[in-house]
Amino acid sequence: METKNVMIVGVGGQGSLLASKLLGALLVAEGYDVKVSEVHGMSQRGGSVVTYVRFGDSVYSPVIAKGEADYIISFEKIEAARYVENLRLDGKIIVNTQMIDPMPVITGAAQYPENVLGELKAKGVFVDEIDALSLAQQAGNAKSVNIVLMGRLAKYFHIEKEKWIEMIKKTVKPQFVDVNLKAFELGYNY
Amino acid sequence: MKKLMLGNEAVARGLYEAGVKVVSSYPGTPSTEITEFAAKYEEIYCEWAPNEKVATEVAFGASLRGARSACAMKHVGLNVAADPLFTLSYTGVNGGMVIFVADDPAMHSSQNEQDSRHYAIAAKVPMLEPADSAEAKQFVKEAFEISEKFDTPVIVRMCTRIAHSQAAVELEDRVEKELPAYEKNPQKYIMAPANAIRRHPFVEERTKMIAKMSETSPLNRVEYGGTEKGIICSGTCYQYVKEVFGDTVSVLKLGIVNPLPTDIIRDFAAKVDKLYVVEELDGIIESHLNSIGVPCVGKEMFSPIGEYNQTTIREAFGLPQPENVTLDEPVPVRPPVMCAGCPHRGLFYTLAKHKITCLGDIGCYTLGSAAPLFALDSTLCMGASVSGLHGFNKAGGADSEKKTVCVIGDSTFMHSGMTGLVNVAYNGSNSTVIILDNSITGMTGHQQNPTTGYNIKGEPALAVNLEALCRSIGIDRVRVVDPYNLKECEDAILEELEADAPSVIISRRPCMLLKYVKAKPPVTVNKDKCVGCRQCMKLGCPAISIKDKKAVVDFTQCVGCDVCTQLCKLGAIEKGDR
Repeated sequence: METKNVMIVGVGGQGSLLASKLLGALLVAEGYDVKVSEVHGMSQRGGSVVTYVRFGDSVYSPVIAKGEADYIISFEKIEAARYVENLRLDGKIIVNTQMIDPMPVITGAAQYPENVLGELKAKGVFVDEIDALSLAQQAGNAKSVNIVLMGRLAKYFHIEKEKWIEMIKKTVKPQFVDVNLKAFELGYNY
Repeated sequence: MKKLMLGNEAVARGLYEAGVKVVSSYPGTPSTEITEFAAKYEEIYCEWAPNEKVATEVAFGASLRGARSACAMKHVGLNVAADPLFTLSYTGVNGGMVIFVADDPAMHSSQNEQDSRHYAIAAKVPMLEPADSAEAKQFVKEAFEISEKFDTPVIVRMCTRIAHSQAAVELEDRVEKELPAYEKNPQKYIMAPANAIRRHPFVEERTKMIAKMSETSPLNRVEYGGTEKGIICSGTCYQYVKEVFGDTVSVLKLGIVNPLPTDIIRDFAAKVDKLYVVEELDGIIESHLNSIGVPCVGKEMFSPIGEYNQTTIREAFGLPQPENVTLDEPVPVRPPVMCAGCPHRGLFYTLAKHKITCLGDIGCYTLGSAAPLFALDSTLCMGASVSGLHGFNKAGGADSEKKTVCVIGDSTFMHSGMTGLVNVAYNGSNSTVIILDNSITGMTGHQQNPTTGYNIKGEPALAVNLEALCRSIGIDRVRVVDPYNLKECEDAILEELEADAPSVIISRRPCMLLKYVKAKPPVTVNKDKCVGCRQCMKLGCPAISIKDKKAVVDFTQCVGCDVCTQLCKLGAIEKGDR
């Protein structure tokens, strides 16, 4: 099969590495050749972060380039827009509507483009907006935003829901399994 | 069993399987996880050394004693370790020794974009370059074989996209290496001129023998795909080339990038109509082809700057790009920032408030250079803040001494800041050195260091006492402040700048991302009191913003450090319930 591409983007510290770990483990269990590429170090300190997950029969490049992503999972509103040029024309964006002001906005050097998702939709981009932070709080922990978003991805993805649930149980620490399963369901059924 | 592993984790697995006994490293993105994962194997002794030079010399000592040993560092770390490296090339090894160096094209987390392959050439040691996690593990084992067979240290070159990409790896068992009895061999290991003169011809001969070996090594391989185009590449560039061309071009993939083979390259060149070299950073393979008279196209098509990907390859070869959507206007950039509750913030605020010139160093605190604090004047390399401040003050005189400081982290101070402080004391500049002691090596992701009281496995260890160290160097004025207390910081900085003696201010508070540091409840803004004066915004705290002319605190980020409450003259920012 052709290599499929999922980008997970957000703000450093939001927990996107756990999401890619879950997705990577799930895809390996399904028998795919998988590559997951992360960036560590400086950008993790509140900067824009991106993780590439690629899977198929045989995956070469560890990164996803322009026009190649089947899915962009964004933990923050404008981060979805930042990486839209990586999306295929028929790709899907799943975006947490949470807004985190970047430093240029905080200092007043730039405006937060609040309607950026509207602009993307006007260009024909498929955008699924989800208030993942509220759902994560509802699940019992604001940090479970990552699993809420994975729940939403599962809705569109080709792998059965039960297999996701099994993998969540294997991937997260035992004391957080219940919260994360709740978060997954809330995202899935949103 | 196949497992998804980071390139760095795969290297660690390779170290385990190769029977390595000793690993010593200094953390540096993107190399850090090699040593962190290696430390998980009981069979390997692992440590964080104070710097890369020490780490390399520890690995040398272990090799001298007959054990397989390794060290890992980022590209600029190899600059620090260059001194032992060049002479290690002469001594060769007893037990196999491998140096892992991780380059960072595109500078995701680095101060320059140097190409480590130059070191292998200059030090005349072999260098291998894997292209994914599975190769990373395999190449580690090959590197030890080469090291012992040819009596040489071997460098394995990683890069960000190999080090920090996960791919499937087949696990194998460890092969234990018996520690041989120690035999003294001064002619080989004492590199005084008389011996070194005899070792240099050996090094030259060895390079020829390794080059010959590389002509037939399975680490270099040809994948034929027609005669129209032939591409020579290595490491991550191989993946980008295959991604774009699949099996439609012929590829010579080099696993041994120093010394470069000649016969296979000539043979490959003869079989294709046009030959290309795709290599990130410098045109080193291309230069080799030029030197052996094989025509090729390289840097005239590809930039020596930044990292490549499939878009770069398509563009260079004039191939169509996939269609995509672009934004009419770019969204605001999101640079990395000091975290909410970062202990460095209060100190930088004080420096900025008094317009104090500040020479910076390498670590999270480099972020103090950004808006709105703009608190730094320079960042060069590990340790350069202290020695740079001394030079700055020697040039600027008493006037400069009264309004200039430097900042350096606890780990960076141990790495190479303390030698600069010795110089301040010995050569007598009235310098004010601020050690930002957050009790951890922060930017690389929380590694222990000689001041933290724990070793790499998290076990209790001796902690260097910074105050006592600075005093014993000869600095009498040493004081400790809490950077969450703005008044205390301000008093200390102004007093020490005024004092007629060199001083050290230790700004001490653990990184708030450390697990044992408990966040306090977030502060709240009293909307009736807030007049939107933006005083709190001068801190550059990512948790504070202004909405509808009032300060707003993001409760998901605020950790209740309370620095902003000290700044608000109207008392509009209130401590959280506690």
